[in-house]
Amino acid sequence: MLELIVISSLNGILFGMLLFLMASGLTVIFSMLGVLNFAHASFYMLGAFFGFQISRWVGFWPALVLAPLLAGLIGIAVERYGLRHVHKNGHVAELLFTFGLAFAIEEVVQIIWGKSPVDFRVPAVLDFPAFTIFSTNYPAFKMFMLLVSVVIFLSLLLVLKKTRVGLIVQAALTHPHMVAHLGHNVGRIFMLVFGVGTALAAVAGVIAGPALVTQSNMAALLGPILFVVVVVGGLGSLPGAFIASLMIGLLQTFAVSINTSPASLFGPLDPAWATTWLSDIWNVTVAQVAPVLPYLLLVLVLIFRPMGLLGTRET
Amino acid sequence: MMLEVNNLHAYYGKSHILQGVDMKIGAGEVVSLLGRNGVGRSTTVKAIMGEVPPHGSIRFKGTEIAGLPSYKIAHLGLGYVPENRDIFPGLTVRQNLMLGIKNPRHPGKWRLDDMLDMFSNLKARADTAAGVLSGGEKQMLTICRTLMGDPELVMIDEPTEGLAPIIVQQVGDLIAEIARRGVSILLVEQKLSIAMRISHRVYVMGHGQIVFEGTPSELKDNEAIRKEWLEV
Repeated sequence: MLELIVISSLNGILFGMLLFLMASGLTVIFSMLGVLNFAHASFYMLGAFFGFQISRWVGFWPALVLAPLLAGLIGIAVERYGLRHVHKNGHVAELLFTFGLAFAIEEVVQIIWGKSPVDFRVPAVLDFPAFTIFSTNYPAFKMFMLLVSVVIFLSLLLVLKKTRVGLIVQAALTHPHMVAHLGHNVGRIFMLVFGVGTALAAVAGVIAGPALVTQSNMAALLGPILFVVVVVGGLGSLPGAFIASLMIGLLQTFAVSINTSPASLFGPLDPAWATTWLSDIWNVTVAQVAPVLPYLLLVLVLIFRPMGLLGTRET
Repeated sequence: MMLEVNNLHAYYGKSHILQGVDMKIGAGEVVSLLGRNGVGRSTTVKAIMGEVPPHGSIRFKGTEIAGLPSYKIAHLGLGYVPENRDIFPGLTVRQNLMLGIKNPRHPGKWRLDDMLDMFSNLKARADTAAGVLSGGEKQMLTICRTLMGDPELVMIDEPTEGLAPIIVQQVGDLIAEIARRGVSILLVEQKLSIAMRISHRVYVMGHGQIVFEGTPSELKDNEAIRKEWLEV
């Protein structure tokens, strides 16, 4: 039992931090542009595929830097030459634009790398068990993923709270016009934030690629969870996104490792019921419903606290 | 000439708000733009700052600025204090003031410490979140924040609205001090008190146009204008 708790907590925090790498960019972009970037998870996927390709050419470590840079540059181009022009036509147009972009990126990835998973492997230096607890070998690469996420989280916090650029970004989140009147180029700040946000998603892609599966459907698999994180945390709230990321990371990893069903808790159904549809529900384990849980949480939050845990907006 | 506005038009959707505004402000001059609510005073300054698309000519120190983005206009030396006291509530008073500086490598003549010394209540709260300040303190902060960018002309929109008479007096003193330091001022006001006390010249607006231009004493003597365009 203790083993389950320790390992699941580690995995949960790890998954949560990965989610936060993506959710942080998404929520900040939402605050600034007022629109959900449906293509955000696609940059995570781009990160993974760029990481895979660059790893093959020059190794994993340069890929860890180059892939996010490349994805960030594409993000900047998307904002500068796409979103900025679409912005004039209102939020619906922007939403449709990012929606279309997500499909376009997926198609391009499929054309280049195909539909089946690519062989993106953990680098040899990190391919060993970091430690063994309760006879489980915990891979060093997962500890590395955790380290990267924590370092990025702390640097993000430091930049936002302590630097002039960070202060300008904070001010522009709520008062973009006033920031412009004080002589700051808000358009450039938005572009920068979009670039950094997409680069962060790509970092998540590079480090998650070898540990999970690098495949052209990975954006579609992760995208919905990302929206759950951002809505549960409160749209536009960075601390909210952090809490929600960890919550959902832990919720999902714990849920998949719990093999309890009503049947195992309360005993088998009365033989008279055992042949009916009720027995299906009675025998479902928590692990089986785990994928649904985040969405259940989303529905509950939308009903009881529509602005999210730490959000301020009503919509 | 600091600012020259010629035949300025502006629209909100299909509504024709500014219908040919002409205005001039000289170096070191304090000018007030008066008029009732809804006649287009705020729209005039917003159009000058590029927040509302301007149609017509706006020259600042000889440079045509109509159509430039706000941040470029600010960099030319035009400061704007909007009427809604847009402080950054999550940042501290000190951080708010720091964001007023356009280029940290070339700070202007207004220093952060001077500013805090001038207003003891801002100094006492320098490191608290600006969101908890009173209305008067927020007004002082927005004006000071704009000054940190070292503007040559400041446009201040309704600085005394909703403030207690004693605070109105303080805001008036601050504006007089800004003028004394050689900064030109365009004051947008509905009330006459401060405007008549510190202005060199006044404009009165009605229905999107300038309907009177003169000195405060000329306005005082012109009962017809006051009755038709200012008194409620």
